[in-house]
Amino acid sequence: MNERQANTLVVTLVTIANLFIAFLISGIVIWVLGEDPWFALKTMLYGAFGYDEGLGYTLYYSTNFIFTGLAFAIGFNCGLFNIGAEGQAYIGGLGVGLICLWLENWPLWLVFPLAVLVSIIFGGVWGAIPGYFKAKRGSHEVVTTIMFNFIASVIMVNLLSHVLRPPKEMSPESREFGERVWIPQMHEIFDWFGLEITQTPLNGTFIFALVCLLLVWRFIWYTRWGYELRTVGINETAAAYAGISVSKNIIIAMVIGGGLAGFVGINEIMGSSHRLMLNFQAGIGFTGIAVSLIGRNHPLGIFLAALLFGILYQGGAELSFELQTIDRHMVVLIQGLVILFAGALENLFRPQIEQLVKRISSEDS
Amino acid sequence: MKRLISSVLLVGVFLWSASQVMAYKPAVVFDMGGKFDKSFNEGIWNGLEKFRKETGIKYREFEVQQEAQREQFLRKLAKRGSDPIIAVGFGQAAALSKVAKEFPKTRFSIIDMVVDLPNVQSIIFKEHEGSFLVGVLAAMKSKSGKVGFVGGMDIPLIHKFACGYVQGVKYINSGTTVYQKMTGTTPAAWSDPARGASLAKTMFDSGADIVYAAAGSTGLGVLQSAADNGKMSIGVDSNQNHLQPGSVLTSMLKRVDVAAYEVFKTGYDNSWKAGFKVLGLAEDGVGWALDEHNAKLVSSAMKSKVEQVRKGIISGSIKVHDYMSNNKCPVE
Repeated sequence: MNERQANTLVVTLVTIANLFIAFLISGIVIWVLGEDPWFALKTMLYGAFGYDEGLGYTLYYSTNFIFTGLAFAIGFNCGLFNIGAEGQAYIGGLGVGLICLWLENWPLWLVFPLAVLVSIIFGGVWGAIPGYFKAKRGSHEVVTTIMFNFIASVIMVNLLSHVLRPPKEMSPESREFGERVWIPQMHEIFDWFGLEITQTPLNGTFIFALVCLLLVWRFIWYTRWGYELRTVGINETAAAYAGISVSKNIIIAMVIGGGLAGFVGINEIMGSSHRLMLNFQAGIGFTGIAVSLIGRNHPLGIFLAALLFGILYQGGAELSFELQTIDRHMVVLIQGLVILFAGALENLFRPQIEQLVKRISSEDS
Repeated sequence: MKRLISSVLLVGVFLWSASQVMAYKPAVVFDMGGKFDKSFNEGIWNGLEKFRKETGIKYREFEVQQEAQREQFLRKLAKRGSDPIIAVGFGQAAALSKVAKEFPKTRFSIIDMVVDLPNVQSIIFKEHEGSFLVGVLAAMKSKSGKVGFVGGMDIPLIHKFACGYVQGVKYINSGTTVYQKMTGTTPAAWSDPARGASLAKTMFDSGADIVYAAAGSTGLGVLQSAADNGKMSIGVDSNQNHLQPGSVLTSMLKRVDVAAYEVFKTGYDNSWKAGFKVLGLAEDGVGWALDEHNAKLVSSAMKSKVEQVRKGIISGSIKVHDYMSNNKCPVE
């Protein structure tokens, strides 16, 4: 076993151990509540992918987390802690919504690329401003991106309450877009091939998300720009010495991150709700941070972590539905424990596992 | 023989009613706030708990956390044979209109919103009428000629409360100043008592002596601030007079609990009807609260005046403008 394989093994084992502890504690809490933890786990897993409807919802949530997870990872690889994916997704969604409202009678093959472009521009601008402040003025991105989340929220509420809301409509949301610009849902796509699956909000955006995973992976590790980005992330001074513009890379990372977060709007607005509404991004941006950290800021890890959080969201909802004593706060607790152990306390078991792997690999050789 | 027949009949009736109980499976989908939001959702939960205690019939419930879950779990409940199903809050309208079409035999009720389908009962309230009444009370009680309004999130529904209130105030005394403030523009505005207290304090400092809060749990801060500053407040949705006895002038009641209870009850005895159910003053769906906590604050002149106005609104001789009919308020 070479060093790289050993590292991968350690990371995998550490993550599994952390998840195990998180689920063990959740199980104890469920047991204290008077429910059967084993049954709860089965309900949750069955609800998440035991049948096609559950799986559809799981992947639908995962799609969002892939985007915001990537948004965070891009920044993280450049040494930034971008917690503004929430606001960037919100504003990106605004762009998507405006395009769909404006061009609702155009064919999808034309509107989709436009919507992608516009969500990159909107989300990107929302990331670029804090990025500019960071690069040129040294304002810390944690503070500025949080502030931009609030600004985004205020803008959206005002637009939706006063401008985009049709008269006489109670909900602060826009009218529904014309059906021509709806992204086909998965059951429709399967239907083209003569396969029948249950209708869920899972839509073509999932495929787009997989493409994004691939593109980001190529970008970060196999392009010059990605190399510059990572260099800045590892050591700014060294990067500057090597002739890499630090401020340029910070802004680029924030723009790409914002654009990726903006794609949440494609999935939510264009693919699922077909109207612009308040808080469609609720919590997705923040969960993206956990997804990226658990996934070690690598696209493959992000995909798996996004899947995990999709399972927690969908399975958790099923759990609170099936077991009426377990309410939604319990589900939040489970999610919190996963974030705590797999994200914040990731190194809890690392020394022991590293030693174990070392012993195994030395026995090998 | 006679006894045998009667006992057989009795057993039959018993079994039949037991099977009726078994067959009746009501359900509710709470909205984002959750069932313990001390406000709208909780009011509904109270009504449903009352039904459960009275009849012993359990109901299924789900608390929505994600946008997509509204449709998902409305559908899931309908699939499982739950009937009737209550969708709480205007946010569920889009999801409900989809699901109700898929299950035309299931009875759905939506509260605070209109969904025009043959198997949906839409229950809405005339909040502007109730707010008008508390406006009348505020204007009569105010000594400074200045009153205030603290709204929750800046959305049309809350402007509807504010507009009715201002109309009521101006109806008594067109010279009264009304300070209006919305707590915020995000859903956090519903649960920020500290900000509610500071907004109310500012109004008291500028001379207002009564502030009406229509702001979810943010309003609790308004009530607290009024009590601390020796001023008065007006509560909302449920009867909040007891929260700060002697300082809460009255509460604008919005009887969501009764509405929710009625859905389960009428569903049970099969008198449930689809269509619109607009609950205003005439239907006792909205009103003002008078109990032992505020009896001393409301003079008999105020009582008779507000009663006269109430009758006027019911008969139509007093017209209260509904902000949401054109998104405008005739008075400020």
